[in-house]
Order: sequence, then C-alpha cells, then structure tokens
Amino acid sequence: MTATQAHRPDPGRPFDPAAEAAAATDRILHDTLHGTLRGVVVDSPPGAGKSTLVVRAARELAAAGRPLMVVAQTNSQVDDLVLRLAEKDPRLPVGRLHSSEPGAFDPALAELPAVRTSAKIAELAGMDIVVSTAAKWAYTKVDEPWRHAIVDEAYQMRSDALLSVAGLFERALFVGDPGQLDPFSVVGAEQWAGLAYDPSSSAVSTLLAHNPGLPQHRLPVSWRLPASAAPLVSRAFYPYTPFRSGTGPGDRRLAFGVPGDGSGVDRVLDEAAESGWGLLELPARHTPRTDPEAVRAVAHVVRRLLDRGGATTSEASPAAAGEAPAPAPLTAGRIAVGTAHRDQAAAVRAALAGLGVTGVAVDTANRLQGREFDVTVVLHPLSGRPDATAFHLETGRLCVLASRHRHACIVVCRAGVADLLDEHPSTEPVSLGVTVKFPDGWEANHAVLAHLAEHRVGWRP
Amino acid sequence: MSLIDTLARMEAVAAGRAQPRCTVRHRHLSRRPLVLVPLTTAGEAGAPLGALVGTDREKPALLAVPQPRDRELRFAFLAELAEAVLPYTDGFADAVEWEERKETDPETGKKVPVQVELCADAPQLLVPSGAGIEFVRLLGRSMRFRRTAEQEPEAPYPAPPHVPLLGRWLTHVGERARVPGSGLLLSMTDLLTRHWATGQSALEDQHLGALLSWIDPPPGMSGRAAAERAECARDADGQLLCPPAGPATDPAFDNRLLAPAMARYDAGLPGAEEALRALIEGQLRPTWDAVWHGVDLLRALPEGTRVAERWKRDRWSYTAHRDRVRAGEPPQPRQDDAVTAAQKLSARESAQARLDAQEALDDPLVMAGRRLAGEAFQGTVTAVEMAMSEGKRPMPRPLVTLRTDDRPQLAEGVRLHRPLADGRTQTAEFVAFEGDDEAAPVVRLTGGMGRGKTPEPGSVPEPGDTVCWTLFEHSPRGGPELPDPEDTPWTHGGPPPGAAGAPPDAPDPVTTEDFL
Repeated sequence: MTATQAHRPDPGRPFDPAAEAAAATDRILHDTLHGTLRGVVVDSPPGAGKSTLVVRAARELAAAGRPLMVVAQTNSQVDDLVLRLAEKDPRLPVGRLHSSEPGAFDPALAELPAVRTSAKIAELAGMDIVVSTAAKWAYTKVDEPWRHAIVDEAYQMRSDALLSVAGLFERALFVGDPGQLDPFSVVGAEQWAGLAYDPSSSAVSTLLAHNPGLPQHRLPVSWRLPASAAPLVSRAFYPYTPFRSGTGPGDRRLAFGVPGDGSGVDRVLDEAAESGWGLLELPARHTPRTDPEAVRAVAHVVRRLLDRGGATTSEASPAAAGEAPAPAPLTAGRIAVGTAHRDQAAAVRAALAGLGVTGVAVDTANRLQGREFDVTVVLHPLSGRPDATAFHLETGRLCVLASRHRHACIVVCRAGVADLLDEHPSTEPVSLGVTVKFPDGWEANHAVLAHLAEHRVGWRP
Repeated sequence: MSLIDTLARMEAVAAGRAQPRCTVRHRHLSRRPLVLVPLTTAGEAGAPLGALVGTDREKPALLAVPQPRDRELRFAFLAELAEAVLPYTDGFADAVEWEERKETDPETGKKVPVQVELCADAPQLLVPSGAGIEFVRLLGRSMRFRRTAEQEPEAPYPAPPHVPLLGRWLTHVGERARVPGSGLLLSMTDLLTRHWATGQSALEDQHLGALLSWIDPPPGMSGRAAAERAECARDADGQLLCPPAGPATDPAFDNRLLAPAMARYDAGLPGAEEALRALIEGQLRPTWDAVWHGVDLLRALPEGTRVAERWKRDRWSYTAHRDRVRAGEPPQPRQDDAVTAAQKLSARESAQARLDAQEALDDPLVMAGRRLAGEAFQGTVTAVEMAMSEGKRPMPRPLVTLRTDDRPQLAEGVRLHRPLADGRTQTAEFVAFEGDDEAAPVVRLTGGMGRGKTPEPGSVPEPGDTVCWTLFEHSPRGGPELPDPEDTPWTHGGPPPGAAGAPPDAPDPVTTEDFL
C-alpha cells in the first residue's frame, strides 16, 4: 500500500509545492472514492488546505452519486464549510442541520438558493450533502446510515463524540491537524488511560487503535505559513512528518510606511517585518495571569502595527499581469492576538479598547484554531509564571499560537522562560498502552524559544 | 487556582489560621457515617496491615494483620472487614420510598410512569485522605473476583464468604467517588480543603493532621506552628507525634517498632500478637480521632440548600447497586467497555457542571469567586423597560438595566441565568452597556415569565431589586444518548466481549504464580 507511506520528494529535483500538494490530494481522493477500507485519515499541518480538501472531497462524492454527511466540531466551522461549498457550486443541494435555538446558524446561509437549513433531519432528506456539528449529529436518529461521511477537525473531536455519531455512517474520511490542541475533559479520565477507546482521547487515536490498517495520508505543503515560519513549526511540532511552505523566502513581505521611533515596540515590529518573527522580552518577574505590563505591551504592539501603516505583499495580492504583486494595507481585521487564558484575552481586549483599537480578533488558542491572519501577536503562555503546568506546556497550545500567521508573529514574553522550563521538566505520569506523543510540550517550547531568541528585543516598559 | 482561593490562602498565611472558603457545607454528611482508617504494609501493594473501622467514635473495631506476608492472615483480615462493613452497607437496603420514573414499555415502546423503590438513606464511608480512597478501590478490585468455597467447591484457596461481596461494594463506592459532588465515599482531607483554605500548598493539605492544625489549632498556637509540629515533631524514640493518616506508614515506625515486633511474632513469642495489635492501634487511633474532629468541624456548618438533591442521586446509585447484587448479577468487569466509559465520563462532566453551579447558588462566598472570575455579576436594578419580541406571537422581552461593580466577561448575545424565588431559572441575554458604561449592563429577559402576554407577577425584577446573573447554566443537561454496548460501532472496536453475539471474555489463566 504505497499510498499510506509518507511521500518524500526526490532530493535531486526542486520542490514544486503545487505539484506535491496536488499529488497528495489525488491519492486521498482515490482512496476515499475507490478504496475498500472503511476509513481514510488525513493529517494536515497548519494552513495546508484542509478546508479546500474537505470541500473538494464532498463535491466529488456528491458528484459520484453518493450522498454524504459532514461532521464538523463547531457551528462556525459548519457555517464556513457550507459557505465554501456554495461558493464552489451554487447549485449543489446542501443541508445545514442546526439546533433549534434561535441564531443557531449564520444568517448568510439563508441567502443561498441551494442551501436548506433545518433543525430536523427529515426535512433535509434528499440533499446531496448534510452538514452539522458532532453535538447535533449525536442527537440525530436515522433509519438507514449514510454510506459516506467526512469528519472535519477529527483530532479535536473526542473519542466519545465519535462513539455517539459513528453509527450514522458506514465509511468516513477523517481530516484534521494532529499538532493542534488535543480534546480535553473537565473531570479526570485517568482510569481509562491506555484503553484503545479512552473516551477522553481524540477520535483519531481511537479509530486508528481499532483499525490500524486504515490508509493515512498527509498534506505536504502549508500555504498559510511563510517561508520564515514553516521550517520552525515543522521542526518543533511535526518532527517526524515535516512539511514545507508553499511560498519561497521572498514571496511575502511586510513593510511599514512610518519609520520606527527607536522604541522597543517599534524595533520588534521591524525585526518581525524583516524575519517573520519577533520576541518582545519584558524584564523577568512573577506576575498574575493578567500581567498588566505584558497586556499593555501586547496592546501597544497592535496599536503601532496599525499606526505605522503596515502593508503586506503576498503571492495572493491582486496584481496586473506581469507586474509585481501590489501591497495590501494591514488592517485590524488581519491581526489577531492569541493568549492561553480567557481572562488574559479579556484584559487585552480592554487594553486595546483603551487605545482605541477595534476589530482585532483577541482570543485563546482554543478559539483561534483553524483561523488565519496576516500578523499575530502572542502573549506567551509561560510568561511571568512561577510554574509550568501541563496546561501551559501543552504542545498544541503553542503550535496553534505560532501557526496562525501569513507574514509575521510577534511574541510578548517575560524573560526567564527558558529557566522556568529547565526547572519544570515534564513529569506527566506514563500510562501503559498510551502512545507517547512527540515532541512533548517541554521540547517544543524550548525549540521555539531558541528560535525566538534570535529575534529578541528587550524592553522595559 | 482561582483568584479568590489565592486570596484566601494569602489571608490564611497572614492570619496564621485557615480561612473559610464557604459559608455552608457543600457535601452531605451522614448522621451515622462509617469511618475506615486503613494502614498498608510498606513495599507490599495491597497488603493491609490494619484498620480501625466503625460508626461509633468511642468504640472502633481494630483489625490487624500481625504478619501481612501471610495470605491466610490477610484473608482473615478481609473477612473481618466484611463483617464490619457489610452490615452497615446492607442496613440501608430495606427502608425505601417510592418514586415515579418514566420507563420504556417493552411491548408498546412508549414511555410509561412506573413506581420504583428508592432507598430512604444510603451508607457513607469516610476515609482520612485521598490515598485512602485509592486503597478502597484497590481492596475492591482485589476482592470482587475472588470465589468462595460455595461458588467453586473444587478450587483451592477459597475466599471467605462475603469477601467478594465486600469487594463489589467497595468497587461501587470507589467508582461513585469519582463523580463530582457525590457522597458515598469521601476523604476527610477533600472535605476540609473544600471548605477551608490553609496557608500551605495543596500537597501539604493532604496531611490530615497538618490540615486540621491550620483549621483548628490547639489553644495558644498558630496554625502554621501547629501544622509544622503535626508534620515533623518526633518523640525521644524518633517516632512522629502525629502518625501519617495512611494508608502508608512512617518508615521510622516500620523500622524501629514494627519490624522487631513482627520478628517476635514470627518467632512465636508469647504476647507478641497483642503487642503488635497495640502498636498498630497506636498508629491508627490519632487518625481515627482526627477524622471525627473533622466531622465535628463540618457538622458545625449548615448544609447547603441543594446538597439534598445531590445526595438523592447517591441514594439512586446505592439503590441501583443493591438491585444488581440482589439480582445476582456478576461483579463489575475489570475494565469498562467503550460505551460504559463514555457514559461515565459524560455523567461526570454533567455532575461537575451541576456541582459548580449549585455550590455558587447555595453560597454567596462561592458566588463571589465566580463574580471575581467574571462568570457572574450582581447588581441593583436601575430601570426596567417593557418590550415585546417580534414574530407571529409577540412575547414579553423586558429590558433590565443594572448598576454593578462586577466586571463580567460579557459580549453581545451572551446567555445569562438567574434563580427565581420558586426555584426555577430565568434566562436572559446581554444586550449592551448603557452609554458604554461598563457598570451599567442591559439584559433582555428571555424566559421564566410564563406563557402569557404579560409576565407572571414577580418574574420581572423591579428597580431597586438586587439580582445576580450567572454566565453559566444552573442545571446543565447531560450528553447525548449513546449506542447500546452490543451496537458499539467499528470505530470503537465493535461490540465488547460477552455482548450479544460476541465471544465472552476469557478469564485469566491460573498459573503457579497465583499460589506462590
């Protein structure tokens, strides 16, 4: 089964990202449409065209006369998928199954001619594609299972959620990013650690534990991450399944119309514009979670990004034929701030409002998953902490925060995190039967810190 | 740790004494709990050394194993433990109430109301610390699959009667203890740390003696000094003044006192067994008294309003297991199957959410913590504006403006909940801050006003009223229905062994090592 093997490009030939990605997609679609096994798993690094793949697979299955159900994890993911499907093919009959609460789906769906929305599955009978969240599907009963399903963000789906929907379909394509945040439970689940069907583990680990022969594919190219970020993210978070960026070193540019004033904040912006990474390091100190100085620094960085007239140039920018791509202004909507905790996000929002900034997405890693921006400003999860807990060390959290950007990522952090890591080696208990995940958060944090250290700007507020 | 708990701990450090985290007691405390203080043998997992057990604080039953490496003696210990515990657990089985419950009629498939038994009260086991709960689980696991001579006359080394049954009950309460807010098996350290914050770390709080010293220090001593004494002070022979709450023993006791005493017992010296029993009782008795000291402290707190509702769930749990035992069902399996595990996890997550909400609603101090975290806000109503919903049948949707000093994490459309006087919950949603003033949130009431065109009297707050809205639900609903175990899907390995149609799980083969 050659398709299951990681596809390695011939070293003698130059890497052609578009061709590699197309070849991978073809292999996935072949297994999905013509394979004999009940499942296909696709691992996708950040920004590798996972949504595009889901839309394409759904359309091809529908075109082959195989109605299918699509399982996504959140309502916004479902709405986004329906919009993408309708954009590709406005006449494709798509059902959006939603909860009976008011405002359960994006009102934009009501405008689409071929999309039908309903809270009852019976009213969506006969639609080529029916899309809903795992939570809604779990309450759905059908007489005959769907022949096919696509499960999106399958690594963020908990095993017990898959258990409650798996009876609805015969075979499925599971798509997701193994490097992002694992699902979690608010109560202890240690008693099931090591069981193949541990209900708190991810849907994919349960699926593969019980069906080890399923074909596993991998998307090899990140179209989102710039050439400056893909090598670090690949090395730090996907050491055994490396990927490349779709663009080369000079393809993306971030520039400012207003020169820097020499302050730490402006210098870190210039560093990030130059290299794609910036670390604004505040003096070492133990602080509460909502460290007022760090929060102010984050807000300040965002303010200066906007004030200095940032402009991004990328291969996607509209350009007249034969001319270089035109720069696009860096607007608030293309900037995101990422934090570890919700109270930190709330504090940053308040600080931004105080500086008169609106329209910037400020959220936790959990909620930024799957989203994409030009520039991200990250409050480091370990900044100012006296200890490094499993929550703050979680590989996926840092991976999400460090892989949302198309151009540059600026990290705001207190000094001393490397020492903190050295004082807190991972001490998670090892359970029999549990596949140890590599890299662990400790290792990944060190790798990212070591890289950021090369782009450090010290600042004393 | 939440901000308010950090504050309480800092205040405890400053005051030299534990600070209350609650104004009411959030766990059911039985009028007649069974206290079990176990000790185990160092280096021998699951080899009990002794225990004090009973419901009478003056007269605990002492069970001791003079030579824990002797399996006959261990079995004798377990048989004695069964005699001490089973009459207590069985003692609640026959006093029942009748409850109405909906059940699916097997013939018509319709839900019909049926009368079912619910035990009026249930047993409650108290152990000193979290490690004690683990030990109860270990005992349960080691006993429930044993076979008695009656069950398997041919097999060698039969277990004494009642031992497998005790294993099933200990397994049941041990598993129930994993449900947040449950009360069939509780540890005193968990109970006390829920209600008081000390000036030491959570790890140090696991030492029952130190924990009690912070909460109720001896006269003339600060909590900190008393806790240090409880942890470290030793007598002239190097023995701890306050022996550990177990089940692990202090190495100094093992080496200097226990080992020589066991050697004398092994040598068959007269009086050696009595001396050993006295030694073990000496280690157990301070912990026994400490557990009852904790019971006294907790009893001084009034019980929270919603504690009885949670205890009723424990009574259901007890009744259900009583029925399984009576029906002659086999013991709990070694491992949960996929469906059972998912069901348990889902039930525990709902229980956790329910517990968090109920504790906050029962206790203004707990609610203060949620308010400080931005998950609730309390304020005075400054204005009420009547409004109606749009649609075919307009319903009242009054707008209520508050004045609050809290800083909740509000965004437009966030759902809010508040308890009404009759116990129901009113829902609302956040609309905006009046004049962008963060101290003046406006909420739109969306429920709890009856079905009429005018709200029921008392369901809409009036200017001057103090109201408290929470961002969390008050009675979170459970997860979706899961398939039956025999319908376990292919993604989860198909039906488990023993389910209809699948081959049964083979028992572990007996090897010579089993009889070592």
